[in-house]
Amino acid sequence: MTTAQLSERIGRIYADGWSRIVATMIRFTGGDWDLAEECAQEAFAQALVTWPTSGVPDQPLAWLTTTARRRAIDRRRRASTEAAKLRQVAMREEVAMDAGPPPSPRDRDIPDERLELMFTCCHPALNLDAQVALTLRSLAGLTTAEIAKAFLVPERTMGQRLFRAKQKVAHAGIPFRVPPAHLLPERLPAVLHVLYLLFNEGYSGPERARLCVEALRLARVLAELMPDEPEVLGMLALMLLHDARRPARHDADGGLVTLEDQDRSRWDHARIAEGAALCERALRRRRPGPFQLQAAIAACHATVPSVAATDWPQIVGLYGELARLAPSPVVELNRAVAVGMAEGPEAGLALVEAITSTGRLDGYHLLPAVRADLLRRAGRGPEAVESYRAALSLAPTEAERQFLRGRLEGC
Amino acid sequence: MKYLLLVCTDPDHTPGQDDGAPDVEDWVKEMDANGTRLLGSRTRPASDATTVRVRHREVLLTDGPYAETKDLMAGFDVLECADLDEAIEVASKHPMAWAGAIELRPFWGDEE
Repeated sequence: MTTAQLSERIGRIYADGWSRIVATMIRFTGGDWDLAEECAQEAFAQALVTWPTSGVPDQPLAWLTTTARRRAIDRRRRASTEAAKLRQVAMREEVAMDAGPPPSPRDRDIPDERLELMFTCCHPALNLDAQVALTLRSLAGLTTAEIAKAFLVPERTMGQRLFRAKQKVAHAGIPFRVPPAHLLPERLPAVLHVLYLLFNEGYSGPERARLCVEALRLARVLAELMPDEPEVLGMLALMLLHDARRPARHDADGGLVTLEDQDRSRWDHARIAEGAALCERALRRRRPGPFQLQAAIAACHATVPSVAATDWPQIVGLYGELARLAPSPVVELNRAVAVGMAEGPEAGLALVEAITSTGRLDGYHLLPAVRADLLRRAGRGPEAVESYRAALSLAPTEAERQFLRGRLEGC
Repeated sequence: MKYLLLVCTDPDHTPGQDDGAPDVEDWVKEMDANGTRLLGSRTRPASDATTVRVRHREVLLTDGPYAETKDLMAGFDVLECADLDEAIEVASKHPMAWAGAIELRPFWGDEE
């Protein structure tokens, strides 16, 4: 194996194994997150030293876990003050080790506690920023510096945020476990929310694409560990369907390309097929939820050969269902767009006026942008110009302003 | 773990929000019976409070509460729970979680 191949292999093992080892070590140390992470880190550092000469062991995960555990025991031996429960765990391990060479453990015997870790990182007693930071550190294995960079805060700030979050977990007694069935309906959405937020953050620009990759990876893990939760499958499907369109979302100059203008040959069609199949599998369980419905809508867009072939009445129906399950003015606005396509711009405009009169989307640039688009298609040019200008003054990113200026010129 | 359950009133509370809230007597009975509630009481209003400070070895007294907010605390309980989830479950069954708010404060503990 060449050095390049080896480091690629270790990189893969890190990506897949980091959260497994951290989770196991959190349990092993009785909830000492810092020690767990440090020992996991040292185990990987040791691998980088040993493996180039010894070769990658047959059971790398077991090798890393054993190494991390030994590190934890060594550290405790050296530490002068120890919590009693940690000492007990360490002693049991020492007895086992002194009894001769341990039976060589296999990767599949290493307990998989990533689900426990996910629910602990996303416990609603932690604020959202803390949940996101913990998830990226403990589950995705990003360094504090990498997380700080992704969220545009100084590394010190992120370090303090992580420190406080771990303190709260320990001091407030947040349990390291998967919530019992009766708590799942209120706890699972928090996990989904964090993962989807990561995905969305990563979707905002190519320089943050790493967050999308990690969010997708964690969503796959979650779907593998909770295969019977349709919303988990729905979220993974939604991520895949959005991610598949990423290569076509920006033009050569970095400008935003809307769905209707995207070059569909640049979409990742294998990914779209996977997302659409997952979405169907989820919906067959007949427990629809917001993620499944959004995935179904995304699938409607992604699985047709052209904008003209889009099944708008179907999308209108799905938005109606979504508005019933998770009512929000943004969902209403999207429904207005779909109605505008299915029944004509005037029908869409009627819905937009209704949303405007509630005042709940005041200051949201997409409200005048949608209105402008419908007016343009209805042939009401002067009014469209006025709305495009309103949208332009509210749009938060340069890419969006550029897009709106283009539309304005075409009026 | 031990938690201080601080029972707080909500000045913005509108009657009707707490329709269907559990009865406080039932709550006390249940939590005493299962060993979760170690002690607790309603507390007299802020007008009956006395605030004590020692400055330059001199005891200074103020008639009234320390915090500016009036009558925020209405009572307290001390809970023994396995973890935060259990404490949250106990707190959410308290009628004042419906009509006001419950603050859960873990005890410092003796590990550090």
